[in-house]
Amino acid sequence: MTNLIEIKGVTHAYKTDNGPLPVLDDLNISVPEGDFCAVVGPSGCGKSTLTKLVAGLMKPDQGEVWLHGERVTSPRSTVGMAFQNPVMLEWRTILQNVLLPLEIVPNKMSKREKEERGRELLALVGLEGFEDKRPSELSGGMRQRASLCRAIVHKPDVLIMDEPFGALDAFTREDLWQTMHALRAEEPFTGVLITHDLRESVYLADEVIVLSGRPATTQHVENVKLEGRTDLEVIYTPEATDILHRLRHQIEIAQGRAEGQTKDEEAA
Amino acid sequence: MMKHWKKVATPLIAIVAFLAFWEFIVWVNQWPNYKMASPSDLIPAYAKYWNLFLIYGWQTLWRTVVGLLVAVVFGTLIGMVMGFSRTMRDALYPLLVGFNAIPKATVVPVIALIFIGQHDFNTVLIAFMISFFPISVAVSIGLSTLEPEYRDILRSLGASKWTIFWKIALPKTLPEFFGALKVAVTLAFIGTNLMEIVEPHGRGLGHLFDSGKINADYPLMFAVLIALAFLGILLYYIVVGLEKIFAGWAERPQG
Repeated sequence: MTNLIEIKGVTHAYKTDNGPLPVLDDLNISVPEGDFCAVVGPSGCGKSTLTKLVAGLMKPDQGEVWLHGERVTSPRSTVGMAFQNPVMLEWRTILQNVLLPLEIVPNKMSKREKEERGRELLALVGLEGFEDKRPSELSGGMRQRASLCRAIVHKPDVLIMDEPFGALDAFTREDLWQTMHALRAEEPFTGVLITHDLRESVYLADEVIVLSGRPATTQHVENVKLEGRTDLEVIYTPEATDILHRLRHQIEIAQGRAEGQTKDEEAA
Repeated sequence: MMKHWKKVATPLIAIVAFLAFWEFIVWVNQWPNYKMASPSDLIPAYAKYWNLFLIYGWQTLWRTVVGLLVAVVFGTLIGMVMGFSRTMRDALYPLLVGFNAIPKATVVPVIALIFIGQHDFNTVLIAFMISFFPISVAVSIGLSTLEPEYRDILRSLGASKWTIFWKIALPKTLPEFFGALKVAVTLAFIGTNLMEIVEPHGRGLGHLFDSGKINADYPLMFAVLIALAFLGILLYYIVVGLEKIFAGWAERPQG
């Protein structure tokens, strides 16, 4: 299988008043087509910068980002994005919000086909009957569901999510995880999920990439393909627990708290 | 239905109560009408000069509205420039604030001299000059405080700057814009009347006010003030109506 996303030796620094602030250092990530890749790492390690680079919103100082065998130098319509803040255009209905990308990305869909596509997606995430509501009438979780629909309505190859569930309460978050699996079953896309929730990464992703502290580089790659994992119970299996422990330890290394590993730390 | 009726009745009752209070104050103090005219003094003034009120009122109204329209176009443009460019914002703000700080009453004779004889143009110009500032500020703030996520969503799809402005920045700024427009409406009336009163040229309600002053017709002067207030209220509610249509989404249901 080919790698849909290929990040090769990306180094990036922000210009600040106190000189350059390096955020990414020789970062290498490849995601095979159809896979779901979670990126975890200490706070402020450059995870959001990564999303902007993949989306083509920023150019790296050094290194290359490739999508579908093409080098990314500017934004492209084959990418969908969802953010922690599910920004909705308050003056539009939910359906009109979901259809927004279709107004930008060139396509041959008729008005009716677009509406049908929007309604289908909204039904898929459990927002049937809310098509004509205003965003202000929806809860945070519902807005995020609608935001996910908007991110994939134009059938992007790549879905980039920057902590999409970070601001939700724990139960809503678990609901959204299951919605995510439901979406993946119906819509073929390659996903990059930035998160700080290890359970989330294990439940949703095919591989979890742990970034080191700033400037971030690939510190650890964990393959996670759990059996029957659309069931939330899978997080509580010994297999998942082992993976969680390993990831937890890697995060501690990334934070600079654990250099040499001890049995006690692993158990904790 | 009852709710709707209440919405209309409440301000009307308030106006009637205000007029009654005014009448009462004048009556209690036994003020002569050259000191303070009472509402009952105004009725004969309107009855006597109703045709003048219509002619001059119209002149004041259209010149105010044109000045306001120019202010909307120009103010929005300046606001856009300042909203999109940090450099332009830094460059233009002191100029705008300084310009706005100059009392327009002092500008009136200057303008009247520059464009001598162009009464309509002069009046529209002052109405515009006094009212564009709040619009510029509101538009620039609305645009510059746009959350980056809004921009990124469209930018990541390859949308042009113009598309981002048209689909997101413009509608997002409308509530602020209408807030400023309500302020601008009353300012524009002040501008029009400044020109009409400071540089009399026989047009507008300002002229009628002036002739009341010259003829010691005090009830007429008060009648002009109330007519101006009426026009101001009229224009204000037209703006409110437009706001409901174009930015009604910003109004949250009261909970």
